[in-house]
Amino acid sequence: MSFYREMIAAGFGGQGVMLLGQIVAHAALNEGNNVMWIPSYGPEMRGGTANCSVIVSDGEVASPLVSSPDVLVIMNQPSLAKFVGKLRKGGTLIYNEDLVTYDNPRDDVNIVKVKANSIAMELGNEKVANIVVLGALAETVDIASADALKEAVKEILGAKKAHLLEINMKAFEKGQEVGKQYVAQANS
Amino acid sequence: MSNRVLMKGNEAFAEAAVQAGCKYFFGYPITPQNEIPEYMSKRLPEVGGVYLQAESEVAGINMIFGAAGTGFRTLISSSSPGISLMSEGISYIAAAELPCVIINVMRGGPGLGGILPAQSDYFQATKGGGHGDYRLLTLAPGTLQEATEFIMMAFDLAEYYRNPVMILADGFMGQMMEAIEFKKVKLNYDIPDPKEWAIGYMAERGKRALIKSLSLDPEMLEKHNQKLQEKYRRMEEKEVRYESVGVEDADVVIAAYGTTARIAKSSIKKLRDQGMKVGLIRPQSLYPFPYKPFNDLPDGVKHVLVVEMSCGQMIEDVKLGVQGKVPVSFYGRCGGMAPSVEEIEEAAKKLLG
Repeated sequence: MSFYREMIAAGFGGQGVMLLGQIVAHAALNEGNNVMWIPSYGPEMRGGTANCSVIVSDGEVASPLVSSPDVLVIMNQPSLAKFVGKLRKGGTLIYNEDLVTYDNPRDDVNIVKVKANSIAMELGNEKVANIVVLGALAETVDIASADALKEAVKEILGAKKAHLLEINMKAFEKGQEVGKQYVAQANS
Repeated sequence: MSNRVLMKGNEAFAEAAVQAGCKYFFGYPITPQNEIPEYMSKRLPEVGGVYLQAESEVAGINMIFGAAGTGFRTLISSSSPGISLMSEGISYIAAAELPCVIINVMRGGPGLGGILPAQSDYFQATKGGGHGDYRLLTLAPGTLQEATEFIMMAFDLAEYYRNPVMILADGFMGQMMEAIEFKKVKLNYDIPDPKEWAIGYMAERGKRALIKSLSLDPEMLEKHNQKLQEKYRRMEEKEVRYESVGVEDADVVIAAYGTTARIAKSSIKKLRDQGMKVGLIRPQSLYPFPYKPFNDLPDGVKHVLVVEMSCGQMIEDVKLGVQGKVPVSFYGRCGGMAPSVEEIEEAAKKLLG
């Protein structure tokens, strides 16, 4: 089977899940794949969840609907309840341990826990929690390479937000460490 | 590869229009197409054009009426309820034989409805909307790449036929991001110079332009209608567009357009992987409708399944094409719900028996 990956990223509005999805799409495109990103744009409640879907393929992306993703990024509690059942068997759940508790977790998926908010706060800005998670994703999921993801973050920040580059790169690397630890444990 | 940019559908539509030479945009906000006016408000001044937010959809389409009369390329966009408000003006523009491009990023109806994707404006686009015997050349792109190409082509078609052209998209297409390569699309048609008919070129032409839609003399109005009808017949002759995939050996053929056709393609792939022979006819022009591929279905085809994000509108044209030779069934979701890959797969399996 050719390369085909589906991802859903979900969280509160403002946690940067839309951007996280766009960075993945940018990175995968730069690696020569076809990509599709689509936001949920329904009448969302304040405090409710926002989510986006990303599809990466080396062939045609036909249906834009993602019903059973290979990768699930969960930034808040309501999103976990909404999406965890949809994750494909053998897929990977990456969740924000600071805001999400997952009791009786599924045993047929990989689960990567990231203290995204704590790590981001230590770095000095809670807003980079999404980039911490992105770093963990880079090491644990084969949707786009770590280098491509890092480049995409730089590209999106651009000259206008160059002053935020350093903290975002640190956040990404901290996330990578968490991801690497997960992989090491899984292999031991 | 390097020429591909990741863009949101609405922004890509707007950029395609600018690259096709669009100079004027008048619009009024409505979800899910707001990025089109937003993009145009920034982009048009850069190319010496004018973006103006109208006070209503009715005002917007009448501004288009005026601007189109000057021969410049004009675009207006809205979503379903907004297009309803514009329908009177669209009829006037068609009557006055002026070119313009209209983008409808469809959402669920009827009424104010919802903001999520739908395809329930097929009738409105292809069978009227406004009053009188007029037709809109209606194009239904499948992907964002195709949408940018169709929009560029639409400006040429509008000028060539001096007729409004509608791009029928849906909320998915407006909101999604895909990689786009902006290609110069230019029809190889002998497009008359707008100076031959537009206002403002009296000196060059030696004759003033008379642009109007009122015609109180019934004999003249009948004649004008006959002229319009001749034009529509020429469109039907020349502008039918569709994609046909795997129809030759198919037992069941799915008919779908736009985003629904994309979803159906994934269903067909799954069905083919299971050894089931299912094909797809994807109309790219909705008016003129591709009746012929449905009339000329191979003998092996036992059933046609129409899938739409509506309660069943295009199915009427599919039936006209099939002419009762094989049964035509329908599967649809509406109100902002989309048929899933699995649902279409199941619907086809039922017909395969």
